[in-house]
Amino acid sequence: MNDVHNEKGTNKGLSLFFKSSFIVSGVIIVISSVLLYFTFTFDLVPPILNRGIQPATFPKALLILIIVLTLLTYFISLKNPWKDEKKLPTSFYITLLSFAVFIIVSKFFDFFLGIALLSIIVSYFWGERRATYLILVSIIFPLIVFVFFETILGLRFPPGIITNLYYG
Amino acid sequence: MENLGLIFAPLFSYKLLIVLFFGTIFGLILGVLPGLGPTTGGALILPFTMTLDPLSAIVLLTAIYCAGTYGGAITAILINTPGTPAAAATCLDGYPLAQKGEAGRALGMATVSSVIGGIASVIVLIFFAPLLANLAYEFGQPEYFALAIFGLTMLASIGEGSPIKNLIAGAFGILISTVGKDFMTSIDRFTFGINELTEGIGFIPVVVGLFAISEMLTQSTLINQIFNRVALKAVKLPSIDDYKKTWKTIIRSSGIGSFIGVLPAEGGTVASLIGYAEAKRWSKKPEDFGKGSIEGIAGAEAANNAATGGAMVPTLALGIPGSATTAVILTGLIIHGVRPGPDLFREQPEFLYGIFGSMLIANILFFVLGFFGAKIFARITLVPNKLLWPMIFAVSVCGTYSLNQSIIDVWLMLLFGVIGFFMRRYGFSVVPVIIGLILGELVEGTLRQSLVIFDGNWLMFLQRPIALTFFVLSLIALSFPLIKRKKKNDKV
Repeated sequence: MNDVHNEKGTNKGLSLFFKSSFIVSGVIIVISSVLLYFTFTFDLVPPILNRGIQPATFPKALLILIIVLTLLTYFISLKNPWKDEKKLPTSFYITLLSFAVFIIVSKFFDFFLGIALLSIIVSYFWGERRATYLILVSIIFPLIVFVFFETILGLRFPPGIITNLYYG
Repeated sequence: MENLGLIFAPLFSYKLLIVLFFGTIFGLILGVLPGLGPTTGGALILPFTMTLDPLSAIVLLTAIYCAGTYGGAITAILINTPGTPAAAATCLDGYPLAQKGEAGRALGMATVSSVIGGIASVIVLIFFAPLLANLAYEFGQPEYFALAIFGLTMLASIGEGSPIKNLIAGAFGILISTVGKDFMTSIDRFTFGINELTEGIGFIPVVVGLFAISEMLTQSTLINQIFNRVALKAVKLPSIDDYKKTWKTIIRSSGIGSFIGVLPAEGGTVASLIGYAEAKRWSKKPEDFGKGSIEGIAGAEAANNAATGGAMVPTLALGIPGSATTAVILTGLIIHGVRPGPDLFREQPEFLYGIFGSMLIANILFFVLGFFGAKIFARITLVPNKLLWPMIFAVSVCGTYSLNQSIIDVWLMLLFGVIGFFMRRYGFSVVPVIIGLILGELVEGTLRQSLVIFDGNWLMFLQRPIALTFFVLSLIALSFPLIKRKKKNDKV
């Protein structure tokens, strides 16, 4: 992630908000706070039956610990800033997008179609242009994996367009 | 000690020998491939082990561990890229020696010192694990709680990352273990109305996600990386003179590696760095280090392989993982219904000594396979990432799905992959998450049961001498990285 505070003409007061340490700490604290809120919605054991601590106490303590340690990390980072990370390349976002494609396709169409699509997207955008190799990673290899799991390990895959053809 | 004869049992089981053979080959392949390694590889193979009996499953994982730790040296020497983090110190002298046209000599020394280190550490494991396990007979719930806390505080000094970040990651791991029905009251926690979450989040989606999928995302940012490869004409034995120069270093590093391996949450990476530094300190020619010193290779490789057996000591005796890969092995033990600890030593000696024997055989196997197959294994690095990682994804997805036949597990795996990627990017190690997840149930369970025993009086913990000792050790473990950092800052 680029630290904007180093760029020319940037308001130095606002630069604090663009530091990766601020953003990461902020995200951890927000998520932890939301989870902490949820711990207050857990059912309580009636006092007469309660032995020891309530089920919510341990997660509450953990979340508070995470928040305190994150604040500590953030304040330490003001003195010893985190190293600047390089901007993430397009190939990363495409790989991430391919995960989303896999989730949607495997949920609504077919599990193996999802794997095949992800494989072809990743392989192509990571630089593979040869059709033979694209077929190898997107069709032949997933097919080998399917046969291995289905026949040798006796696994039944979720129903879908292609899987249903196999299962009849 | 009357069970020592059981060590040779795997030699008479063709099934275990086949598992060992494939585990060693698979471990070597994983070790050679930068970004994979025995931890990620172990995570990938975990779902498949469900089709094996518990002993074969753990033998497979330990063979991968031993061979994978050595395999990292092959790429460290030939392409200056450590196949595993534990082989980072091997690059310092292995690659310069390979550039001088002596890749075979470097590889030969790495193999011999790895085997000696590995065998020495198994001997340590055979003798120390039962002793440590016997000590655990004195443990009640409060002592186990204190021990688990000690195991967690050691996270502060794991790897090169910030101690506080490691503790945050460890706490996150424990938090994951609280998802699902509370084991004492059956009250739902963090299930958000999703039925699949009531059983909790399984180890496999988290382990595969944090190691394999996050590595896939990391590799997606490195697709233009180019390796300089050194041609390997032949693997030759180091000369007698080389052995004369290095035997003391190998023995010293084997001791260092075994000791560091025993410390919870330390592992091969720390061991190899210390082994390398000590080899340099004791060398008659320290000026040669970094330029292709044969002692440097021996020091690093003997130490990192010696850490394998050492790390298995707390894993098997106490259920506290000694390294990242043993955390995966511990996961394997748990999902196969094997609970490490003193009872395991008393009730299932054939299981434990089978593991010890298999580790010994794995070391001998990778000596043979490593020596004669290094040239072939080195060619595996030629498989481009653009083909390799989609295949790993397919195996990861099917492996994760296979355990509970749950698509939610696959989604969780992807979620943890993304979380793991960003954790690593911002300096949070993913290993503490796994250790936290493994120890989470132990920490919460023993704490709550102790409080029931103590009638809610927390101060009673301090009246238990063993528990108190572990709390003091925990404080020392927590303050050690801070003192180290302060000293470093003072020096600067």
